[in-house]
Amino acid sequence: VKVLVVVEHDAGAYTKGSLGVLSRAAALDGADEVAAVVAGAGPLDTVGAEAGRHGATTVYVAADASLEPALPQPRVDVLEQVVRAGAFDSVFFCNSVLGADTAAGLAARLGAGLNWDLVDVEVRDGALVGKKPALSDSVLFDVGWRGGPSLALFRSGSFEPSPIGGEARIEPVPFTSSPHSQLARVTKQERRADEGASIEDAEVVVAGGVGLGSAEGFELAEELAGAVGGAVGATRAAVYKGWYPHHAQVGQTGKTVSPRLYIALGISGAVQHKVGMQNAKVIVAINKDPNAPIFEFSDLAVVGDVHTVVPALIALLRARPGAGSVPERPGA
Amino acid sequence: VKIAVCVKHVPSGRVRFHPETLRIDRTGPGELNAFDKYPLEAAARLAEADGHEVVAVSVGAPAAEETLRTALSLGADRAVLVSDPAAAGSDLVATARLLAAALAGEAPDLALFGQQSSDGGGAALWAAVAEMLRVPFVSQASELTIDGSTLRVRRETEYGDDFIEAPLPAVVAVSDAINEPRYASLKGRMAAKKKPLVVLTAAELGLDVTAVGDAGSPSEVLAAGTPPTRTGRVTLDDEATAAASILEYLVDRELV
Repeated sequence: VKVLVVVEHDAGAYTKGSLGVLSRAAALDGADEVAAVVAGAGPLDTVGAEAGRHGATTVYVAADASLEPALPQPRVDVLEQVVRAGAFDSVFFCNSVLGADTAAGLAARLGAGLNWDLVDVEVRDGALVGKKPALSDSVLFDVGWRGGPSLALFRSGSFEPSPIGGEARIEPVPFTSSPHSQLARVTKQERRADEGASIEDAEVVVAGGVGLGSAEGFELAEELAGAVGGAVGATRAAVYKGWYPHHAQVGQTGKTVSPRLYIALGISGAVQHKVGMQNAKVIVAINKDPNAPIFEFSDLAVVGDVHTVVPALIALLRARPGAGSVPERPGA
Repeated sequence: VKIAVCVKHVPSGRVRFHPETLRIDRTGPGELNAFDKYPLEAAARLAEADGHEVVAVSVGAPAAEETLRTALSLGADRAVLVSDPAAAGSDLVATARLLAAALAGEAPDLALFGQQSSDGGGAALWAAVAEMLRVPFVSQASELTIDGSTLRVRRETEYGDDFIEAPLPAVVAVSDAINEPRYASLKGRMAAKKKPLVVLTAAELGLDVTAVGDAGSPSEVLAAGTPPTRTGRVTLDDEATAAASILEYLVDRELV
């Protein structure tokens, strides 16, 4: 199979998720060729080099001012062109707001199959087979594609980026756009103050739920996050109560995260939340209810009041030698 | 201005798969996808302010009529159901063909979607539909206004908010941060029973049956298996020593 990996970047820095997908493609048994494509306002030289280090042999670079805003439709134009010209039979995406929209738009443009929420992929008898969990991950489907290019949208955080030190050939792509792709335009962007610190890329996430008790309770989550060098997340219920901003929401209607460490404070573990964090390597949950569902999928289940346990934990972390040198956000 | 709201009839309660077809079992009771209440509310508010017409559109089994009646009780003026045995098993692309054909027939200025469906379907159906209609689209809309023939949207992304403008006609998927959906009033439910609802087949939309349903779907489910589970859980239930034990656990695994 000939795989094209769509690599996303934010202001020239690759997203961890899309580099992970590229690494997976590079390690895929049965992949005859792995190329990457990146689009943006340019210059994208460093981005191209990084894709080479993660296993792409060719990096298609579409640099054009109209690709500066994170809008999907001009990207569909770029991808259609690259897929057709390079005769790619598989296109991989990492899930994100932009990635999902672009993938579905490309599926319609090419009349191609799109399988989403995949956690892995393999080549079986020369054909791509995707692995898709469903029903709150109680079942794992094998999914396939018929005809046309196979479009695969991977669950965020399914793969770790692993540089293998290659070098890619950079292939510029002249940007031509369909008329309808240019109609939406960004008139203003408001970057959040914690720019770049997307919780999706953080190595450690400290998340709070209704068990924190109030908006003030989230100061506890922030202090713990500061002490372990992590970002703060929140459940939908806590966000709905106005205790923490929506952009920090982890779950079905928020972000999907897969940090090395996820610390859940006062979170019951509703399915809505679970789907956003179940890929975390290590899950530590602190909840005073011994029957909280979150304990069923935690590695370390702590039955206790967050208002007692967490301040004690913060004090111990701060008392460690060298604690002051812990960077605020190692994931950024 | 005419607004179409695309809604989905989803299984009530737990979603199950049919063991042989590996499709979602849709034989049980169903209801309006909860996330579709947000675009319905957004459309109702726009209509109340400026007298727009609101059409609810759905692709589904005949039972989806029930969901369209719910949509009518929440402010839609009339409803269109695309229902055809030949369309069963449609994947994202085939469903988008059906929906795009229905929307092309209605020619709305604005087509609204909810941000997701509770039965796990449709990663970004709106994007496929907009592409087929060759119109601009915006997803994750947390604010939405119509100014003459211009659409203005505030979109939430991972990094911040984008303010986007597009000319109508356009497609917008709204997030659940956009409003607080209303509950259907008794009056609304009564009125819904009398509002017009038409049912259309794929052929009536001008679609070839080989372009929809299982035959028209370029993706497929091959087999079902069991996923790996998390093992080796440690439980701490002494609050007094918990903090020290957590720290030890994290240090041992080089997590701090």
